[in-house]
Amino acid sequence: MLGYLAVMLFLPTAAMLLKASQEPPTEFWRIATSPMALATYDVTFTTSLVAALLNGLFGTLIAWILVRYDFPLKRFIDASVDLPFALPTAVAGLTLATVYSDNGWIGSLFAPFGIKIAFTRLGVGVAMVFISLPFVVRTVQPVLMEMEKDIEEAAWSLGASQWQTFWHVILPPLVPAILTGVALGFSRAVGEYGSTVIISSNTPFKDLIAPVLIFQRLEQYDYTGATVIGMVLLIISLVMLLAINFIQAWGKRYESQ
Amino acid sequence: MVSLPNSEIQNFPTKPRSPAKENKWVPVVLIAIGIAYLGLVLYIPALNVFVQAFSKGVGPFLHNLTRPDFQHAVRLTVLLALIAVPLNTVFGLCAAWAIARRQFPGRTLLLSIIDLPFAISPVVAGLMIVLLYGRQGWFGPFLQEHNIKIIFSLPGMALATAFVSMPFVAREVIPVLEEAGVDQEEAAKTLGANGWQTFWRVTLPNIRWGLLYGLILTNARAMGEFGAVSVVSGNIAGKTQSLPLFVEEAYKSYETEAAYSAAVLLALLAVVTLIAKEVLERKTRSRGIH
Repeated sequence: MLGYLAVMLFLPTAAMLLKASQEPPTEFWRIATSPMALATYDVTFTTSLVAALLNGLFGTLIAWILVRYDFPLKRFIDASVDLPFALPTAVAGLTLATVYSDNGWIGSLFAPFGIKIAFTRLGVGVAMVFISLPFVVRTVQPVLMEMEKDIEEAAWSLGASQWQTFWHVILPPLVPAILTGVALGFSRAVGEYGSTVIISSNTPFKDLIAPVLIFQRLEQYDYTGATVIGMVLLIISLVMLLAINFIQAWGKRYESQ
Repeated sequence: MVSLPNSEIQNFPTKPRSPAKENKWVPVVLIAIGIAYLGLVLYIPALNVFVQAFSKGVGPFLHNLTRPDFQHAVRLTVLLALIAVPLNTVFGLCAAWAIARRQFPGRTLLLSIIDLPFAISPVVAGLMIVLLYGRQGWFGPFLQEHNIKIIFSLPGMALATAFVSMPFVAREVIPVLEEAGVDQEEAAKTLGANGWQTFWRVTLPNIRWGLLYGLILTNARAMGEFGAVSVVSGNIAGKTQSLPLFVEEAYKSYETEAAYSAAVLLALLAVVTLIAKEVLERKTRSRGIH
């Protein structure tokens, strides 16, 4: 087992770390902060964050209606939330690019207002929303199911309004789960390639994302350039992983209080 | 769009009220917003795959299925799954057993390490493999000397596929193993069963649904992987083009119909995966696991 891990995971990681460490720090920094690279970070991280936050809001709402209300096709809708995990990303990119293009089902509704979605940064955002959709729903759902209705009813009978009950009683215990979901969604969106490369026009300084830049550098046999941008993404992923573990530990402490 | 639910909720009167008088239209509005959001992001795009694929009837669809490069892509995708799934199953079982049954220093660290492939961008995973086995990589000179091709050929694609689908089995089996406990295994050993017999007769039946669930998720990811495979494959039609790569290539060369014919197959795989997941979740839930 450790042998498999070593061959499959440690060796490739070591190869990349070594390749990165062979670059002098000044050169590494120059490539990592070149204007084109900085522009891709902006597109990648800002768009991912907006997509993750949007899913934080709507994912919580979806978890809420799935746990608290009964409506037709509920089982189907609950199961379908996992579709972005099961659908290959190339298919997601293909169909989103069609549906959100100027003459697509949804894109054509926006086109008259001069809003282009596919092949712009907005389209990249739509793809990121798609692939990070299940995380918040799936982290919030179990917490909501565990939640005692008694406390809410107590709040109500003490005269709290619906809004007050939501804000002071229901929301606080959900916060760690929502944050975990947002962080997981964000880190998934940052690394995403398949759907975003198809829906993006991949124009530098406009909607080119960091993973696509790595791919383009490799195609030009610029291994150093690819490795440096790859290291930036790797470091961000590891930081996110730590952050998620931290949020979860914090959430557990919250529960036990 | 972002502020919609908030403003809906803020419109409530803030006077005290009893639960019995809860606004009846609140659930309706919230459900409508939730389904509208899912519709825009999930259902309309998913429906579009099937509509586009069969827009000109079944004839062109069937014709696309007979293309040699398409058939090659299907075979390659199945082959990649046939390599990656058994490898990761054996690994996942071993890792799950070590984590759930043994106490050793670095146990939690190992747990995080197994999750790493999910955290790393698929493109970065592909890049790592290129840096290791590529022409300029560590093993590059050795591989060239012995005329072994890994990058731009099947072994590299299999490595990339196995990398990205590594954690699923371990992840699904660990909680089931922990839940099942060691009592039955110990009883079997006391009754004289050897390690292998205990595994086949006691442990495996206990974890079978969790294991199957892990297998299905591994398979879905292995067949659908795009980023990592794309980096190491070179994407040569009829040679190193898997089905997801075929979708992108066909779309980029304006063969939208062919792209959607392939996309439908992959979408069906996703649907089967979701159904299997639903069935297995119900099975494990009814047995008190989870």
